[in-house]
Amino acid sequence: MSWTFFHKLGSPKWFYEISGKLLPWLALASVLLLAIGVVWGLFYAPEDYQQGNSFRIIYIHVPAAILAQSCYMMLAVAGIVGLVWRMKLADVALQCAAPIGAWMTFVALITGSIWGKPTWGTYWEWDARLTSMLILLFLYFGIIALRMAISNRDTAAKATAVMAIVGVVNIPIIKYSVDWWNTLHQPATFTMTEKPAMPPEMWLPLLVMVIAFYGLFALNLLLRMRLEVLRREYKARWVREILEKSS
Amino acid sequence: MSNLPDVLAMGGHGVYVWSAYGITATVLILLFLPPILGKRRLVQAEARRRRREGM
Repeated sequence: MSWTFFHKLGSPKWFYEISGKLLPWLALASVLLLAIGVVWGLFYAPEDYQQGNSFRIIYIHVPAAILAQSCYMMLAVAGIVGLVWRMKLADVALQCAAPIGAWMTFVALITGSIWGKPTWGTYWEWDARLTSMLILLFLYFGIIALRMAISNRDTAAKATAVMAIVGVVNIPIIKYSVDWWNTLHQPATFTMTEKPAMPPEMWLPLLVMVIAFYGLFALNLLLRMRLEVLRREYKARWVREILEKSS
Repeated sequence: MSNLPDVLAMGGHGVYVWSAYGITATVLILLFLPPILGKRRLVQAEARRRRREGM
């Protein structure tokens, strides 16, 4: 097997060129899917027979919660890649994805809280799912703060990579919290093995929203990584040329 | 979708649904501001540097 592809992946210049070509398509697809998903979910999906219209919060709550966890797992993978292969781009990805993940966790918590009021009669409960999601938010804060506290870039990269890897233990706890403990929170909407408990008119817009959120996440991450690459490689000639062309 | 106020009221759940969607929209905008503004700032800084050095 040829490893040139793997080394190319680590090259900031190559990354910048490829991601630049991908960007407009990704933006177009994500915005389109988001528009379709929002209108479908808010106005065309049927209301829930028990929860009424408050159920429509699911179309942002579930995608945000899925992204919050996927993003953390990505941080851990980036951490491993950065530690084992010393790939510079992995650290860029780790640094740039952390704030996005933190915001996604925030959205999942806040929309869940708003949804909880009409459904459970309370904004917050120290329930296993809710508490483990709050811990996820603090893990993101920890990674972001650790990065800011260490001025040496290599040391910061190693420290945040280790923290991301250790913190991944929380992900199965979030996932199985609804099975392990008695909780108010309903079990997973989508599973690999079973059909969704809701009709297609309800879960199809949700699927569209999940894909739209993944697209927006990828788009935002690429934009942040491209900027960070320009900042880190500021002295390189190709960066100067790009900045000159853009002005 | 005939009566707009009824649709927006969401059967009494409007305040929950719209606040949740509003906060999410705000966060999405906040997520895209730093990379877009940061790129602009970097380009401007480089343009200033070039002018200063008379290139």
